[in-house]
Amino acid sequence: MVTYFSEIYHGLISLFIGMAITFKEFFKPTVTVAYPYETLTMCDRYRGHTELIENEEGKPNCVVCGLCEKACPSGCITLAGEKPEGEKKKVLTTYILDFTRCSLCGSCVESCNFNALTFSKEYNLASTRKEDFIFDLLKRLEERNK
Amino acid sequence: MRLTLLNVIVAVVIAIGFAALNAAYLVWAERRGAARIQRRPGPNINGPFGLLQPPLDGIKLMAKQLTIPGGADKVLFIAAPVLAMFPAIMSFVTIPFSETIVAKNMNVGVLMIFAFASMGGMSLVFAGWSSRNKYAMMSSVRAVSQAVAYEIPMLITTITVVMISGSMDLMEIVRQQSGSILHWNIFPLLGNSHNILMPMSFLIFFTCTLAETNRAPFDLGEAESELVAGFHTEYGSMGFGLFFMGEYANIVIGSCMTTILFLGGWNAPLPFLGFIPGVFWFLLKLYLLIATFIWIRWTFPRTTIYGLLNLSWKILIPLSLFNLLFTAGLIKVF
Repeated sequence: MVTYFSEIYHGLISLFIGMAITFKEFFKPTVTVAYPYETLTMCDRYRGHTELIENEEGKPNCVVCGLCEKACPSGCITLAGEKPEGEKKKVLTTYILDFTRCSLCGSCVESCNFNALTFSKEYNLASTRKEDFIFDLLKRLEERNK
Repeated sequence: MRLTLLNVIVAVVIAIGFAALNAAYLVWAERRGAARIQRRPGPNINGPFGLLQPPLDGIKLMAKQLTIPGGADKVLFIAAPVLAMFPAIMSFVTIPFSETIVAKNMNVGVLMIFAFASMGGMSLVFAGWSSRNKYAMMSSVRAVSQAVAYEIPMLITTITVVMISGSMDLMEIVRQQSGSILHWNIFPLLGNSHNILMPMSFLIFFTCTLAETNRAPFDLGEAESELVAGFHTEYGSMGFGLFFMGEYANIVIGSCMTTILFLGGWNAPLPFLGFIPGVFWFLLKLYLLIATFIWIRWTFPRTTIYGLLNLSWKILIPLSLFNLLFTAGLIKVF
């Protein structure tokens, strides 16, 4: 008999405790982000697809050594450069990243000795066509500088 | 008030309008409330604070095709959602919102509302039976056992209140609770009851209202983790919409009854606040109770079917029976 009433009593108390918790939660600010209208800044260690780093003149730091191309285990990177007349260093002419095969391992960024490659913070990537994921990084750099 | 054709029509239109408006905007309130408790914003895109969400949902539901599953009992299948909605609307006829705002007061108002409320269970049985779907069938079996289990303590508690008031007239029950907050039936101090167990009766009645309206944590009838969507598995379009509206209209009726029987109806909580119209106090109490319904739904997980039946048969019925006898004794003594 005593256990019967104590069970009812403790059960009832626990219900009110539960309701007090949800009551407190009701007045707390929301924690979600209404995604298309507002976005969070990505954290420092986020790995998007790779991106070229530019120097002060807005030109890529890349010297076309080709180490990233060799380091890539999936062969995503195709780059080419040429040496203009009278210049000492090679200049990058194309840098194609085939993101469909990239696994974001970071070997290319690690292998770069000239601080020319980094991860971007790009995460809004969605498309129905495969070609949209073959990025011309040089073009993206130019567009960024416009 | 004399019963003429004109005020019958006006009353019906107002009752349906009130029920439909409440059903539509309680869905909105429910979604916003749930979102707040879960710390999300809730529907906030359509209109200010998402206030245009219910009409848009309604348009979407009405634009859909009503499919009837093969082998279903067509008449019952179509009748069931209507049957879910109409007892709730009928019950509005006798609910007094204030001293003057009542469509038709009758001296057996309590009886009438419970008669119609018990038809709510029938719509679930019809829906489950006629759908020709095993999940819907199981749901209606549960709905019946639930309705039987929870109508008993609810009615016993109501009888307790009726015994205290000596009347089944809803207006008379409210009038006897006038004075102040301490005269209400929920508090035993100054009112007619002098019964210290009345707060418990209130809790029993409120719990039974939750169970009768098939609300969480007692929504075993539509336990989506076990029964897809229960009795309305096969309903789409406005059939589903009517079930949904019926559920909310029943919540309104349940809260109205709780307000009338225990919270003093349209009476102001303190005598000097009597200058504010009664309908304000009635609606305030009504919506506070409905907010509690929503609050409870988003706090507790669903019970099990045997937990639900145990609660009724082992706890609510003995306690309400005891309170009935106790009240009868007190009435005899004092």
